[in-house]
Amino acid sequence: MILTDDERRMLEGEQGPAVQKAMELLVRYAEALGAERFVDTNNVCGANILTPSMMRHFKSHDEAFSKMSLDSDETVEIPQVKVFSCQLIGPMDREQWEVQGVSREFYEGTMESMDYNARHGIHLMNTCTPYQVGNVPVKGEHCAWMESSAVVYINSVLGARTNVEGRESTAAAMLTGKIPYWGYHLDENRFGTHLIEVEFDVESNMDWGMLGYFVGEMVEDKVPVLNGIRHVPDLLRLKHFGAAAASSGGVEMYHIPGITAEARTLEEAFGPNRPRATFKYGEAERRKVYEELNSTAHDRDVDLVMIGCPHAGIEQIREVCNLLDGKKIHSNCELWVFTPSPIRKLAEQNGYLKILQDAGAKLMSDTCPAIGQFLPKGTKVVALDSAKQVHYLPAIMNVQGWFGSTADCVRAALTGRWDGGLH
Amino acid sequence: MSIILRGRKVVGGFAEGEALVTRQTISGWGGVNPATGTIIESRHELRGVSFKDKVLVFPGAKGSSGWSGIFHAARMAGTAPKAMIFNEMTTKIALGAVVTRVPSVTDLDQDPLDVIETGDWVRVDGDRGIVEVIKKHERA
Repeated sequence: MILTDDERRMLEGEQGPAVQKAMELLVRYAEALGAERFVDTNNVCGANILTPSMMRHFKSHDEAFSKMSLDSDETVEIPQVKVFSCQLIGPMDREQWEVQGVSREFYEGTMESMDYNARHGIHLMNTCTPYQVGNVPVKGEHCAWMESSAVVYINSVLGARTNVEGRESTAAAMLTGKIPYWGYHLDENRFGTHLIEVEFDVESNMDWGMLGYFVGEMVEDKVPVLNGIRHVPDLLRLKHFGAAAASSGGVEMYHIPGITAEARTLEEAFGPNRPRATFKYGEAERRKVYEELNSTAHDRDVDLVMIGCPHAGIEQIREVCNLLDGKKIHSNCELWVFTPSPIRKLAEQNGYLKILQDAGAKLMSDTCPAIGQFLPKGTKVVALDSAKQVHYLPAIMNVQGWFGSTADCVRAALTGRWDGGLH
Repeated sequence: MSIILRGRKVVGGFAEGEALVTRQTISGWGGVNPATGTIIESRHELRGVSFKDKVLVFPGAKGSSGWSGIFHAARMAGTAPKAMIFNEMTTKIALGAVVTRVPSVTDLDQDPLDVIETGDWVRVDGDRGIVEVIKKHERA
């Protein structure tokens, strides 16, 4: 592959051993991909928070970062990151770790890892949705992000350019400002490949999640183009759509002509490509997806209702407050809402936190039950308004998962019973 | 008689071992338990099977961006496959193969999923991109 002078100097160690190790990893990775060169990036989102159970293999945080994040056998001193860098969702809620059920030792150890990241210039956004709290890449901006739901959002809705990166490639990009110029960084890979004829009038958040799940199953990791959308979706709906499509299939890029960043028309969406296949989404397909998403559940007594996958925005928190309508959560059930910590602050300032607390609900941040692998003790049945979470959580935590609208979910929290359905 | 497939280096080095073949893509995070190298994804045809010390032959990677992290953890736990042979290049599998540090090849001149069966003996020369297959019925 072709290296520029500054890349060669980094590889030769001119900027210190950590940058050298980072560059070595990036060269191995780029060669594995078959990339011909790197592209500069000044926007990296990665995941380097380690819990005490991971840290016990290492003597220092520098050793852990060297080995786990840079794949280096040698321990090197890690300098400040070179470019704008953010931490994605992590294993622990900084404020409500006790609700999460972790020990003080776990809390203190994980906080130490977070402090280490902060001291190195990595911003502790601690969310799967950096684009909700100020990291909003512009069209054409080359990024290096992990988190499949965030990648598909910034590629498609915003027109930024990133592949689904991993822990090691993002850590190396933080220290070098480089990432392989491959995949979705290149124009020719961003055009549509498959056409989805949407016959059902998709409007609600729940419907956008189901459509996303369907699309991912149909196209796997290709580039779908949606035709026939009658209502312009908002951030919330596209957040759920992309997260679901990335979970069921691995979609990293899609187009909705007239709505997403790179396609004013169907022709623009496909560019030089012809659709390889066309799939119809109507009543029957919608019902099938609904049944699939509810296939792990049969017991109607619900132990936990979880809202906020991907992390909830302020309008979703308001919606939950309105649905609670001054009532209390059922004594056999918990209601957990997850949101980025700056939005939790806003919810507090707006009075929503008090409404949730008065109802017996919890507003949490920084993590989620799938990433942190925690649930209230004894949980067997959960109810979720997220197609992504219902895809992962039953498998990871061995629970039953109901899927429905936010209203279905909040009603389950108030009655302790699932009575959701497809309307 | 062995069968020779020619492709492209992903990660160099040489390894040989018994093939473990699946026609289904593999999820890393949420799909593999790195402590044992076992596939855990519900409904996967290899569910409950470990790839430890096998030559893993599969279409490619899918799922979460934690793919490389899980295979990295498998290497550190000593449960990684001996080599990887796959069809579909993605950032997940490229980075995953690099940090697993096992010989890996792709872009083969015949579909490895058609040629190789579980139980065949496979030699992987990562640097030259060459895969040699000894069919199980020809193994002594």
